[in-house]
Amino acid sequence: MEEKNLNTEGSAKIKYGNAIVDVKEFKTQDDPGDRKWTWEEDGYTVFRGNARTGPGCHDNCGVLMYVKDGVLEKIEGDPENPYNQGRLCPRCLAVKEMLYHPDRLKYPMKRVGKRGENKWERLTWDQAYDFIEESLKEIFAKYGPESIYVMQGTGRDINGYGGRIAQSMGSPNYGMGFLSGNACYVPRVFSTALKLGVLVVGDYSQFFPDRYDHPDYEIPEYILIWGNNPVVSNSDGFLGHWIVECMKRGSKLITIDPKLTWLAARSEYFLQVRPGTDAALALAFANVICEEGLYDKEFVEKWTYGFEEYAEHCKEYTPEKAAEICGVDASLIRDTARAFAKAKSATLQWGVAMDHTSEGFITGMACMDLVALTGNLEKPGSMVAARPCFGVAQTWSGRWGGDKPILSEEQAVKRMNSDYPTLQAMNCISQDMLLKAMLTGEPYPIKATWMQTNNPITCMGADPKRILEALLKMEFNVVVDMFMTPTALAAADVVLPAAGFAERIGLTGHQPYYLGAIVKAVEPVGECKSDQQIIYEMGKRFRPDRNEWNNDKEFYNTILEHAGITYDDIKERTWAYPEFEYYKHEKGLLRSDGEPGFETASGKYEFKCEFLEMFDMDSLAIYTEPPESPVSTPELAKEYPLVLTTGARRWALFHSEHRQSPSMRRINPEPMITIHPETAAKYGIGDGDWVDVENNFGKCKLKAELSTRIRKDTVSADHAWWFPERDPEDGTLFGVFESNINCLVPMRPGKSGIGASYKSLLCKISKHEGSDK
Amino acid sequence: MAHGLLIDYQYCSGCHTCEVACQQEHGYDAKTLGIEIKTLGPTELDNRKWQYDFIPTPTALCDHCQDRVEKGKVPSCVKHCQAGCMSFGEVSDLAKKIDREKMVLFSLK
Repeated sequence: MEEKNLNTEGSAKIKYGNAIVDVKEFKTQDDPGDRKWTWEEDGYTVFRGNARTGPGCHDNCGVLMYVKDGVLEKIEGDPENPYNQGRLCPRCLAVKEMLYHPDRLKYPMKRVGKRGENKWERLTWDQAYDFIEESLKEIFAKYGPESIYVMQGTGRDINGYGGRIAQSMGSPNYGMGFLSGNACYVPRVFSTALKLGVLVVGDYSQFFPDRYDHPDYEIPEYILIWGNNPVVSNSDGFLGHWIVECMKRGSKLITIDPKLTWLAARSEYFLQVRPGTDAALALAFANVICEEGLYDKEFVEKWTYGFEEYAEHCKEYTPEKAAEICGVDASLIRDTARAFAKAKSATLQWGVAMDHTSEGFITGMACMDLVALTGNLEKPGSMVAARPCFGVAQTWSGRWGGDKPILSEEQAVKRMNSDYPTLQAMNCISQDMLLKAMLTGEPYPIKATWMQTNNPITCMGADPKRILEALLKMEFNVVVDMFMTPTALAAADVVLPAAGFAERIGLTGHQPYYLGAIVKAVEPVGECKSDQQIIYEMGKRFRPDRNEWNNDKEFYNTILEHAGITYDDIKERTWAYPEFEYYKHEKGLLRSDGEPGFETASGKYEFKCEFLEMFDMDSLAIYTEPPESPVSTPELAKEYPLVLTTGARRWALFHSEHRQSPSMRRINPEPMITIHPETAAKYGIGDGDWVDVENNFGKCKLKAELSTRIRKDTVSADHAWWFPERDPEDGTLFGVFESNINCLVPMRPGKSGIGASYKSLLCKISKHEGSDK
Repeated sequence: MAHGLLIDYQYCSGCHTCEVACQQEHGYDAKTLGIEIKTLGPTELDNRKWQYDFIPTPTALCDHCQDRVEKGKVPSCVKHCQAGCMSFGEVSDLAKKIDREKMVLFSLK
């Protein structure tokens, strides 16, 4: 998202998307006292910093890095850091296995054999930059700079920085690499922007350095966990075990998931829905809450718009109707709606499953309506506005470090999204259109890619064989990564080695809760550089005027310019919590004009969102059956009788990463598909058997995990598998297409251009005959 | 002096942190475990309730992180436990903390 208004003089009022950050002076809640960022202990030098990746992760845990003779010997959670309070997950505890893995990319390399042959020549950084510059400028001269598609993935601290390289090159085509329909958080970010003008997150005390003990804080009475398993996934800067801390203090849970998670087993209400039907359930909850008058009348009257029409609209979605659609009992829907509505406070812990359905954009809106209906906004233990702190979110704008946007208006309007007005409104690319353009040259040619922190043929990219075909048509591909991934092996012309968090400096992500530092504890292996250094050094070759930084410290000092501190200040301070208050909508803190209310057309939370009519969409949330389902495509369901849901996280793996780490592979050794034992028996499949999974889009092979945790009509498949232990020259690209569930997922967004089908497809299963693998 | 490990398994999410923290602390390889997660269920009980529990169980290799404990620290599994559901101490002291179901006390070397 690009900013609408940025005043860089003096005290800054920064506007990005449609949220506002005011940074007047460096005011914090926490007193750093005598906190140290480094010390000596038992023969080690200890560095206190933040594990803001790589390898990938969505969190910002405080860590203590123990270094001896320039080597990271061990890593521990920082018990004083309020964010993680000493806890640390297995991936981070074993990060040495990734950092010091013999397969780490150590030097820039240029392909010398054919693509996929794994023949490389080592280059110096200058040689690599020269070669990339020369190759790309030649392409840009023929096709224009918009002919490069710059991609990022998730994890690594790339958010907010990745766009810079595209802007420097002059391309408007920057975004998540081949994630169909921008289907990760973008739909929810946009729907909250429309509904209430700001992204909101559940309040688990993370805005306070003294956490649960803060006098203003109250735990949520109910936590509504919808379409995610947060203790495993820790998505989007949310540390899942905060929920466990709230449970200890009395929070009760409602879980909506096709699979019994551990949290579901500890929930007062568990609704085991058919994948993709969530919006129908949300509307039925609203039906009960409206019919029984259980909504927050004061909040609805004062702070919302379109309630009457919304209540009328929900009448159609009776619990009985939703029960039939979703496959859960009507009485359970009623009981759950009542409990949620009557709670003193509640959070909506929503997950990527919302975005991973075709009309996920609307699903998110239907769920957020429940939050407004019950008045669970801006009070302790409810949903609160979450804006990146201390102005660092200026990196999302196209102009940081200067007065004007880097990208010219002439280039900006070429952003590939013309088929989708919604994406145009969001300044977002359409990955689906870009893939087509790579293959066909229409509406204009895409001839090069820059892939940084992503590995699209392995992870995230729907229809990965088509993506590979498109990448192989490119004249030039650059991959920046920590390892030789299947994508790099298959398609890169140059690979650039990225540093891990212990090897470089940086800031925590664009979190609303606190700002911390990534601290360099050891020298990088080989000649690895931080992603940011690669971004501005490469950027210099195209726009020297806007990439003037000589080192990472200068770079971060620019990002912190509105905070009134430098990188060294935050490193030495170790962390900083901005001031925080509740009820911001009552105090005029959520609107750019300083008036009470929300930053929307009506100034209120919008049950009825007329803006959507501009996109030919209904102004009220509706339920749409997934494009493939037993209901929408009964004929197809005869051949493919099971519902397929994909991409649930496993403990030891972050998307396609950590397959190289021995202790992580002990925990999650192989790609699994979870099948109910009764369903498996019908197909003669036993626990641990290899299973062929096939549908109308493709097939792959996964290992059966029989469990009563999953619905009998649904199977749940792991994603992002490859086998780095294989010989890179065996012709299989590390086995990337063998167990790749995305072979069964179409590159196809919902009507709006956002949303995709990763979570709700059809498939059939059979025991794999032949060798074990 | 009998060292003990008290597990409040109402809150153990089965995240494997204790296993990996132990491996890293002791320099064990990926197959060697000083503590291991055991699973109960999932079993559907009546009235829409489930038994689905994880119980971290110290193995014969557990030395209660003697080196750490001597320096006044707690064992690495206890320190890093994401659910904060493990306590280390004297068996007799820990026994007094058991005040409801789903708590289990292991005595250690």
